[in-house]
Amino acid sequence: MESVGSTIVSWMIVIAIIVFSILTVTTRKILRAATYLLFTLFAAAVLYFKLDYEFLGAVQIAVYAGGIVVLFVFSILLTSHPGDNSRRLTSRRRVLGLVAAVLTLGITGAVLFSRCSMMATQLPAMENPSMKLIGETMLGTGAGQYLLPFEAISVLLLACIIGGVVVARKR
Amino acid sequence: MDISMIYYLVPTLVMFCCGIYGFITRKNMIAMLISIELMLNAVDINFVIFNRYLFPGQLEGMMFTLFAIAIAAAETALAIAIIINLFRAHKNIDVSDITKMKF
Repeated sequence: MESVGSTIVSWMIVIAIIVFSILTVTTRKILRAATYLLFTLFAAAVLYFKLDYEFLGAVQIAVYAGGIVVLFVFSILLTSHPGDNSRRLTSRRRVLGLVAAVLTLGITGAVLFSRCSMMATQLPAMENPSMKLIGETMLGTGAGQYLLPFEAISVLLLACIIGGVVVARKR
Repeated sequence: MDISMIYYLVPTLVMFCCGIYGFITRKNMIAMLISIELMLNAVDINFVIFNRYLFPGQLEGMMFTLFAIAIAAAETALAIAIIINLFRAHKNIDVSDITKMKF
């Protein structure tokens, strides 16, 4: 049985994720969309903290809130006037988007609720993964350890840096 | 009351569908990119939830999420570089106005 405070925090996370993600795609000012995206990402980080993955929550805040959203805001300010509204949607496009989203919601929701017995799983007890365990998992070569993806990501990031410079530089 | 798995899976599902809706309806390229970020994040959260509830004590879902975050950062940086380059050439980043990619 969880404490009342813990339950309240869970409900706040759930409501924040739903409300802010809907606002992200419905607001007509793009700078506001970026801000609501930031709130959604924060809610996700709080969820990671709540589920005992402190390291992951910290990474989420540092990389998403500290890196990606700042990049979004910079590029929005570079490419559009902050006060502008986006153009009104044509009804055909909106209907198309709604149909795709509602279909996905319906089908996936039906599958989800048909597995009700599994979904009623309660939160099992778990010790927080220590930094030692995380480091060994990330840099080990044994079974269930991830040195090769780690190195592949480093090569990917290098390629991304070079690609970004080549694409965005002035000619 | 206890919070079971479904209480976390439903908001991520809504988040993913919002991403789909935004990706189809938005015209501004940066807004489309924001929708893609929403979808990526919904999947990340699902990895973590399944790991925590069904396989506590293992780290597979968490590692997937870590690597997915790194890849998302790289993808966003490159996409924004391309968008800024397009803006320089066309003065406008609406997908409907950009009909040719070579310039």
